[in-house]
Order: sequence, then C-alpha cells, then structure tokens
Amino acid sequence: MAKQKTVLFACGTGIATSTVVAHAVEEALKDRGIRITTRQCKATEVAGQIDDVDLVVSTTQLPKDLGKPVITTLAFLTGIGKADALDKIEAALRD
Amino acid sequence: MAEALLNMLDPGAIVLGVKASSDKEVIRILAARLEALGYVKPSYGDAVVAREAALPTGLPLGGANNVAVPHTDPEHVIKPGLALATLAQPVLFSNMEDADEKLPVSIVFVMALNDKDKQVEMLQEIAGTIQSPEVIAALIAANSVEDVLGLLG
Repeated sequence: MAKQKTVLFACGTGIATSTVVAHAVEEALKDRGIRITTRQCKATEVAGQIDDVDLVVSTTQLPKDLGKPVITTLAFLTGIGKADALDKIEAALRD
Repeated sequence: MAEALLNMLDPGAIVLGVKASSDKEVIRILAARLEALGYVKPSYGDAVVAREAALPTGLPLGGANNVAVPHTDPEHVIKPGLALATLAQPVLFSNMEDADEKLPVSIVFVMALNDKDKQVEMLQEIAGTIQSPEVIAALIAANSVEDVLGLLG
C-alpha cells in the first residue's frame, strides 16, 4: 500500500469547523479502507502549510492556484452531498 | 436525539419567531440573551457581527430553509453556551463556502465558545441536528421553548 496521505483541513479559524470536518472525513475514509494523516489550519495559513500535504479540504474560500488539489465543501457539516464529496476526496487521494 | 446539544442550549436563550431584517439584528438579539444569562461579555455582540462579516457562517441545506452558526473568539466569552433563534421570515446570511452567495436562513445558532473541546462537540452536535430535514422542519414550526426542548431531547 502506498504511503499514508496527508490531508490539510482548513476553516475560518482553524479550530472547530475543521476539527469536525477532519473527524468526519477520517472516519468515512476509514470505512472505505483509506487511512489519512490529518492536519488543520486557518484558511489564511494554507499557503504556508501546503508543501507536504496531498490534498486540502476547506469549508471556506481559499486563494486560487495553491499548487495542490483543493476540495471546498460543507457536506460534512450539512450532510448534503456527503457521498459525492467523499468520492472526490477518495479520487484525489488515489492519484 | 441530540441530548448533548440540549445540555448546551439555555432555554432562556431560545427565541422563536424572531422578526428581524438582517443577519446583524438576529445576532444582536441572541447575543443580548447570552449576555443577560452570563455567558458572554458586553463586547461579544459586536465581535460576532464583525466576524460574521469577515468569515460568514451560513450553511446551505439545499432548500429554502438554511442555517447559520455565528460565533467569535474566546476572549469575549465567559462560559460556553448556545442560543437559538427561529425566524418568522428568512434573513440573508452569506454562505460559509462562498461569501458572495447569500442564503435565506430560518434557524440561527449563536455559539459562545471558549473551550476547544466543547467547541468541537457543540458544532458536531449542531451538524448532527441540522442533517435531519425532519428536525429542521419541526424546529421552524415550533411554537414554544418546550416544543424545541422536546424536539432535541
């Protein structure tokens, strides 16, 4: 199996929302047989944190052209489109 | 169902059928309740309004009834607590995901947070609650604080 991928979770303050989303994604991916390393930061800190991450999942707008795949979604807070968001995350991590 | 949420939600901070014309007005109504109940400092209301303008908290639920979860930094908070408003007419909040998009919001949870673990638990409970369309519809229809407590209990 390939090296465990790192996902950076971003939200406005890098605390509550990103923690909730990180837990939800980590658990859901575990069910799909994928283990990830999670890290969190503020949306404004993503550019400086991105070097060693494979994917960024954010609940808020991020600067464009960060050089890594970014998925912006509220699905893990609202439940709307969760399966779809997970498919996108899984696809991004399998690349 | 959401007992943990019920433990955080002060019955005195539940306001139903609020008539407000802006997101700021709703935030100030709930902030005033939280302040009167001893959860937050007088600076809290302004701080939440300012944060909402910079980092909006509207959550789209895919229909006409959306939710917002305004909050702010811990220095304005005395102890963790939660306030809830249902709105007589939806008020526009910006989408957390895209600040340019305005969402008609019918349910507002204003969170008073100063403890990282509680904060995560509170948001997780709110997320769990709003993922049920039945609960959302029942909250909007609730006529009394007892209805709300029964619904979440």
